[in-house]
Amino acid sequence: MASSSIPQPTPEILGLVERGLGGDRRALARAITIVENRTAEASMLLKQLYPLTGRAHIIGITGAPGAGKSTLTNQLIKEFRRRNHSVGVIAIDPTSTLTGGAVLGDRIRMLENYNDKEVFIRSMATRGQLGGLASATSDVVRAMDAFGKDIIILETVGVGQDEVDIAKAAHSTILVEVPGMGDDIQAIKAGVLEIADLIVINKADRDGVERLQLHLRAMMSLASKKRDWEIPILKTIAAEGSGICELADQAEAHLAYLKSSGEYGKREKLRLRDEMLSRISEEILIRLLKSENAPGGLKELLERIEQRELDLYEAVIKLLNGALQ
Amino acid sequence: MRKLRKGNAMTQQNEVQHKIRVLIAKPGLDGHDRGAKVVTRGLRDAGMEVIYTGLHQTPEMIVEAALQEDVDAIGLSILSGAHTVLFPRVMKLLNENNMEDVLVFAGGIIPPEEVEEIKKLGIQAVFGPGTTIEETANFIRKNVRPTASAATGSEKR
Repeated sequence: MASSSIPQPTPEILGLVERGLGGDRRALARAITIVENRTAEASMLLKQLYPLTGRAHIIGITGAPGAGKSTLTNQLIKEFRRRNHSVGVIAIDPTSTLTGGAVLGDRIRMLENYNDKEVFIRSMATRGQLGGLASATSDVVRAMDAFGKDIIILETVGVGQDEVDIAKAAHSTILVEVPGMGDDIQAIKAGVLEIADLIVINKADRDGVERLQLHLRAMMSLASKKRDWEIPILKTIAAEGSGICELADQAEAHLAYLKSSGEYGKREKLRLRDEMLSRISEEILIRLLKSENAPGGLKELLERIEQRELDLYEAVIKLLNGALQ
Repeated sequence: MRKLRKGNAMTQQNEVQHKIRVLIAKPGLDGHDRGAKVVTRGLRDAGMEVIYTGLHQTPEMIVEAALQEDVDAIGLSILSGAHTVLFPRVMKLLNENNMEDVLVFAGGIIPPEEVEEIKKLGIQAVFGPGTTIEETANFIRKNVRPTASAATGSEKR
């Protein structure tokens, strides 16, 4: 990927794209593997896919572990299928930082769709992506989008900065809250409230729904920026399928709002800018690491820094000047 | 970044990002998945991405999950004795979906005298009680297909 231009697509890549466009599910599965592994074929493939993207409605689902994200996703799959949309799901689980392995278990809640050829579910581990998880996820979204999925649901890990990153890749982000989980301060701490376009109170048959609703309303009214889109707070019981139809309605309404207000284009530009910046830093790192042991490379500079001949800041400038040529 | 710390970046770039993906599946009606969960966890600790789909899976569900997840290997765990019925169906479906490149292994309670018959189906190993995770992980590493490429991704021949 460090070469100066992207090589012409191989016949295998062109064949894969053709099969994927023809609805071959294994071609989609393989395309995802290729972009996820960032093999030599990835950039060729993405170049072919990119012009075909931009049609799907990308919905992010975020919320604490145990909030019911997977169950809600399963219900949304069924609802969107009833509306005759094809659905792709990317379910993300964390990679172990110690071993690099991962257990991906979100599928368990979505098994009932196995017989529907218009539903494609892919589990994805966070890995330690150089360019960040958001970029890696965006590429998988692109594969699904290009191969004709109308709705793409991104189900996130449930904790940390990854949440916010992934939400950036979505058009409409649904935040799932549950009554009786944690005290009020959690909602203030979590940056996720700021990225929500729709809020769902799941497990709404439990005690504390009214209190949570009031609290969320209060938090929303404190939001510094007034927006044209008033964030709806919806109640669902995902395990029973109640409230799902309204949620799907609101998700569709949100997309319509984005498009009519011009917000869609604005967000797209911001997102592409973010992705571009992380791709740039990734590319620079790859180039620097490639010539790590060369004269004037990372290794030599590190030794000089250690000997106090050079300071870190100067070394960085030196290194970058070399790498960017 | 952590992973690119040492060595040549180019080779690392190609190798590091390829993670072995394994589906651990429980076909049929038995309700005991302690073993499957231990293997799932063990293979994760061996650095693999392991998809676990829970109990009571039909062969159709297993093969569909393997297809969508583009796994390199499938581990079938069975304790009920129904392997003589379910394993051939899984293998037939894999064949129909042009997925012969996926490594299949089995575990659980399988009478030793039936192991040969099972291997004839194309199931490449049977790991009974007492197998270490290391043994299973090494077997997978040694026998999985090379890095997945565009050339082989097709559900029809």
